[in-house]
Amino acid sequence: MSPDPFPLGPPPYPLGAPLARREGREKVTGTARYAAEHTPPGCAYAWPVAATVARGRITAVDAAGALALPGVCAVLTHENAPRLAVADDPTLSLLQDDRVPHRGWYVALAVADSLETARAAAEAVRVSYATEEHDVLLTAGHPGLYEAEIANGGYPGTRERGDFEGEFAAAPVTVDATYIVPPLHNHPMEPHASTAHWSDGRLTVHDSSQGATKVCEDLAALFSLDTSRVTVVSEHVGGGFGSKGTPRPQVVLAAMAARHTGRPVKLSLPRREMAAVVGHRAPTVQRVRLGAGDDGVLTALAHEIATHTSTVKEFVEQAAVPARMMYTSPNSRTVHRVVPLDVPTPSWMRAPGEAPGMYALESAVDELAVLLDVDPVELRLRNEPDTEPDSDRAFSSRHLIGCLREGAKRFGWLPRDPRPGVRREGDLLLGTGVAAATYPVYVAPSSAEAQAAADGSYRVRVNATDIGTGARTVLAQIAAAALTVPEERVHIEIGNSDLPPAMLAGGSMGTASWGWAVHKACMALRAQLRHHDGPLPAGGLTAVADTRQEAAERSPYARHAFGATFAEVQADTVSGEVRLRRLLGVYAAGRILNSRTARSQFIGGMTMGLGMALMEGSRLDPAFGDFAECDLASYHVPVCADVPQIEAHWLDEEDPHLNPMGSKGIGEIGIVGTAAAVANAFRHATGIRLRDLPLSADKVLPRLRARQEGTG
Amino acid sequence: MEPTSPPADGGGAAPAAESRSELVLHVNDVAYTVTVDHRTTVLDLLREHFGLTGAKKGCDHGQCGACTVLVDGRRANSCLLLAVAQDGRRLTTVEGLAEGERLHPLQEAFLDRDAFQCGYCTPGQLCSAAGVLAEAADGFPSHVTPATADPTAPVALTADEIRERMSGNLCRCGAYPRIVEAVADAGARPGGTARSAGQEVAR
Repeated sequence: MSPDPFPLGPPPYPLGAPLARREGREKVTGTARYAAEHTPPGCAYAWPVAATVARGRITAVDAAGALALPGVCAVLTHENAPRLAVADDPTLSLLQDDRVPHRGWYVALAVADSLETARAAAEAVRVSYATEEHDVLLTAGHPGLYEAEIANGGYPGTRERGDFEGEFAAAPVTVDATYIVPPLHNHPMEPHASTAHWSDGRLTVHDSSQGATKVCEDLAALFSLDTSRVTVVSEHVGGGFGSKGTPRPQVVLAAMAARHTGRPVKLSLPRREMAAVVGHRAPTVQRVRLGAGDDGVLTALAHEIATHTSTVKEFVEQAAVPARMMYTSPNSRTVHRVVPLDVPTPSWMRAPGEAPGMYALESAVDELAVLLDVDPVELRLRNEPDTEPDSDRAFSSRHLIGCLREGAKRFGWLPRDPRPGVRREGDLLLGTGVAAATYPVYVAPSSAEAQAAADGSYRVRVNATDIGTGARTVLAQIAAAALTVPEERVHIEIGNSDLPPAMLAGGSMGTASWGWAVHKACMALRAQLRHHDGPLPAGGLTAVADTRQEAAERSPYARHAFGATFAEVQADTVSGEVRLRRLLGVYAAGRILNSRTARSQFIGGMTMGLGMALMEGSRLDPAFGDFAECDLASYHVPVCADVPQIEAHWLDEEDPHLNPMGSKGIGEIGIVGTAAAVANAFRHATGIRLRDLPLSADKVLPRLRARQEGTG
Repeated sequence: MEPTSPPADGGGAAPAAESRSELVLHVNDVAYTVTVDHRTTVLDLLREHFGLTGAKKGCDHGQCGACTVLVDGRRANSCLLLAVAQDGRRLTTVEGLAEGERLHPLQEAFLDRDAFQCGYCTPGQLCSAAGVLAEAADGFPSHVTPATADPTAPVALTADEIRERMSGNLCRCGAYPRIVEAVADAGARPGGTARSAGQEVAR
């Protein structure tokens, strides 16, 4: 903790002010350049060749037809591509051997003078395979399921407290339900793209990534270079939502192709191929069992999930983790089981673990409320723990109750007739639902440099990434507040691995991690300035700081953000279409550092949660082994007309146990809770408990008909 | 701006002559005379050959709207247009919305409302919104326009109208509520439609 926090009282440049995005003008005039928008002289274009079998080995690659096309520079395959060092992340071992671990795995790369020719060349490459039988279907009883030792985020795969079985068997009221979340896809609007350029043994890439420091380190390792010989620029990034968290195939392929051809190479992944190579949220089959007394207080809680990973590496969606800290649960069991299938490798998607896990848990809590005939807000209030159940640590701050109460008031939750199927408007049935949200507080070491220039301006350098959060703006606010100078005198440099290394934009910890380093550097600079007499030297004064020590300290507190989401939906009894009417979230996430950009992030997360509830989901095709919904025509994300009324609010939360800014992360909590709130509202509208997302018409209509006919 | 002829190589190296054609495209009031590979889309021509990277490639399949530009004043997905078929057309991209340093009212409104986050869909949203303002002014109905509306009168841009008309432009960051407000703001401003596409249609 910094000994010198921000001055209290009305500071001249308060954190929290709704400052407009610094790069806004570039973005609305089209001058902000993204990774694929840098075209060095002599730049060639690459187009990947994806495996058309789900499992097997490459027996031959016939590139003759491709190479015969005018303008083709090269076809890289596992036989001629540059050798890479063994990758920490095996999804980056591209074109290194003949193995095909899943359909869509890249098996070759065509490089040509023009984009059109590269694409034609890729289509002309003939690849032969020795295929093997594949298995891509996750089921709750899959024989290959095993208990994972570690789930994503470093959490133990299994936790047990007390006697779950005994207390569950003894409980007067129980819920035992299984919920299904299908594979989900990040689909940031900017496809993963890289432009790579080698010069004098140095590699420079413009990459669409959430963290250029990590990309730089990984490229240096793969190509056996010192990091000082690799520069990664991620100046403007068109969203990521986890799928650009670490290097993805495009940057490695572009660098390989540039080395192989001796020319700069640009590679932008085709949208249809993204589902297979940039990661996805793995499907989960989640069994939740709740045992409660007649008063609704939980005595037993089990959350057991089954999920898939690929044969390339183990990634376990930590969906049962939030059940460890959410509610009073003296007897608890949380288990993650995973099966490696011949599927694309899953990865992070906005709020991994919390988003699918809280859908299931908060649906089950709603089921319990229905059984007990207790208001679902009230039921949650009754299960508020004194300390974090899993660790018995005190919460640094926990204002779930405040969020529920404030949300209920703003939403007009009460009076609420709990009966389903009684609110009609013509063919529509209406209902309301609520769910809680949570997301952990993380922080990672970062470094920053602050400089005072002779002209009275300040320069702050930190390799943060702005993936749409407004990082430049909020970091300038943090620096200005620490320096107690006007914000417009602070210049911010981010998005380049030559800057002081910093954490990637992920885990809702970007602002906390970068901001802490920026704050520390600025405080050090302030101390230097205090002791400096006379005009500044021509080069100004510079202070550097890193937060390795601060980030490594284990907090004695359990630190999480909380929220409550309220939804109203309509279900069309003729078409089966479920639509959102309104959505309202209230969050307690520490100090909000920029109310304007924060509101946008909360609402953005809620919108993605709405997609998860009503339209998003893909299926693995058992015959071909790939995702059936792999483009934006078949994988539906919310559009403007799907979002009638959506608002986000927050409580003023003071938490001195976080970081000098007093902030928790806000990038992910918006998606958590939204799907459950919508699904609970659907149940309130119709009386139908659909435990299988999304609530699409093909599933809803048969259930509505069955219910109307008295069989549902 | 005076018409100019920027570098004419519009299609990369060397396919046979029968697969290339010369054409003229007017982009943001600049005439470009180019020889294009017949496979080249308007989007790739803008981005890879003219250096106009404002129009974005989100899907390359007409599914996301990030590449939206105005073609003779009406919005279109430039990834679905082969350049060779657009000879003589007048295009407006996001780079052509502002007048010098003076932003288009839509651009101002997007900034005022924080109607974007990552910014990648934003140029398409802006061009699409410019098209919406013109279409509404010209009385084009949408799915939510009441059947009783006078087909010769401008359509009032209610929030429902804007949401419906802007639904061809995906925003994964979820800026939709602010986009609706921004389009409404710009539509209500004097001059909000003045530079919109409607005028160019008459040319």
